[in-house]
Amino acid sequence: MKDSHYDVAIIGCGMSGLAAGIRLAHFGRKVCIFERHNAPGGLNSFYSLAGRKYDVGLHALTNYVAPGIKGTPLGKLLRQLRIEREEFALCPQKQSRIAFRDCSLRFTNDFGILEDEVLRQFPRQADGWRALVRAVKTFDDVSLDAKPQSARAVVATHLTDPLLIDMIFCPLMYYGSAQERDMEFGQFIIMFKALFLEGFARPLDGVRVIIRVLLEKFREAGGERRMKCGVSRIVSEQGRAVRLVLDDGTEIAADRIISSAGFAETMRLCEPSQIAAADQNTGVLSYAETISVFDRPPAEWGWGDDTIVFFNDSARFDYAKPREPVDLRSGVICLPNNFDYAGGGLPEGILRVTALANYELWADLTDDDYRAAKQRWFGEITRSARRFLPAVDDAVPAGAQLATDMFTPRTIRKFTGHINGAIYGAPHKIRNGRTHLSNLYLCGTDQGFLGIVGAMLSGISMANFHVLQDRTARG
Amino acid sequence: MTKDNCKKLVIDIISDIAPDEDLSAIKPDIRLRDQLQLDSMDFLDIVMELRKRHGIEVPEADYGQLASLQSCADYLTPKFVPKA
Repeated sequence: MKDSHYDVAIIGCGMSGLAAGIRLAHFGRKVCIFERHNAPGGLNSFYSLAGRKYDVGLHALTNYVAPGIKGTPLGKLLRQLRIEREEFALCPQKQSRIAFRDCSLRFTNDFGILEDEVLRQFPRQADGWRALVRAVKTFDDVSLDAKPQSARAVVATHLTDPLLIDMIFCPLMYYGSAQERDMEFGQFIIMFKALFLEGFARPLDGVRVIIRVLLEKFREAGGERRMKCGVSRIVSEQGRAVRLVLDDGTEIAADRIISSAGFAETMRLCEPSQIAAADQNTGVLSYAETISVFDRPPAEWGWGDDTIVFFNDSARFDYAKPREPVDLRSGVICLPNNFDYAGGGLPEGILRVTALANYELWADLTDDDYRAAKQRWFGEITRSARRFLPAVDDAVPAGAQLATDMFTPRTIRKFTGHINGAIYGAPHKIRNGRTHLSNLYLCGTDQGFLGIVGAMLSGISMANFHVLQDRTARG
Repeated sequence: MTKDNCKKLVIDIISDIAPDEDLSAIKPDIRLRDQLQLDSMDFLDIVMELRKRHGIEVPEADYGQLASLQSCADYLTPKFVPKA
């Protein structure tokens, strides 16, 4: 028995699924988004706890460019989704840093600042740096059929100082690499542009502003959305997906399916099963994050104007799954108060710290041990991060602290469904979004456009490429 | 449908697709791409909006006919069917 029939069914109500849905609904396709959770947003979501609003995922929207700058990913996505720039109400960052043991590089939304810092501190790398920047600027990063290359190998043809190389890779990996120790060069380029050539911003009220705009556009365009309504199976016959089975057993028919669940996760939904393919491309990199809420902005006690600080104190930056529950050698600090809110500001002070974490060591804990581990590692992570903030007596932030929260690899697994709590999904991306089934496509993290702007562009591209542009799709 | 009306409908579409472009001084005989920052995604949207709003199909082989405002008007005007 079939209860519904759609032109396109979308799995997952995160940024990419919503963006795909808006395109398809706008152009008259009968489309429905199926989401297992009651909250939209997926990896980039928000929640309330004890009357306080928290963001998960998003530290900053990357790919930010000032109004009037055209031809960048942000502008493309606004046009494609018919969103006015003002609707996202983006406020730019103040400044950020890459802080290693003996060296610190400042960067802002003006690329010239980073260039000056690199040329001043690494004068012997000047020619190589300029050549690398040229290579980044001229690379066709939206090609859907580019041949994978090691970013470490390509960067090594331009830069020779391991410290500078590690310092450049550190933010790019933390904000988007699903591979240990290396990135695919196309992914490196996307991230280099998103973080350094473009920049950081956020709405005053956080990621919920962006999600609300997307939900509203999707609704206005006539899209349908079913929340708390996960897809448990994709049933196929003769190389085509023929129906979806929902968690409650309901069957759904759709001409095409776009899944943002992730590569391995989608393969595991398929019937007949594709577990072997899934196992060959499953991510292992997960994060823990601490959130501290204070009664005033941390700048008031001297933590400064930095928006984001990417830190590392090991001899070589090691972006890999740690052997311990959390790798304390490196991480990312976010001070959300330090965006330029043009006179406005957040009601409270916030410090967020993200670090690499080991999924199994968190997943296997009993509930009591899990709570104890969270408490222990919360302290360890914030202490580790504070080495890279101006020194302040412990009593000051402790006295100002109103609340804390923490997420772990277990939380990521629960809210995104990603196997291993793998924050950025599978190590090998599927750029053209195709799968073994002719009418099942991937979008989102595992299609490989990164960041939330990338996630939305991924949904847009896959909807355009596989549905709207496909002549056979016209009935 | 006159060619002038047709041009206006095309401009309406472009202003919705690319609200950040200044459309007040478009020269009809110069390629749109040379006056505005429009990429292939934007042109695809012009084609799809023509279909959505006016029921007009532009086959891929004819995309070149949409290069300038004048060529749009020449090509599209006969495709508008007068309402009964």
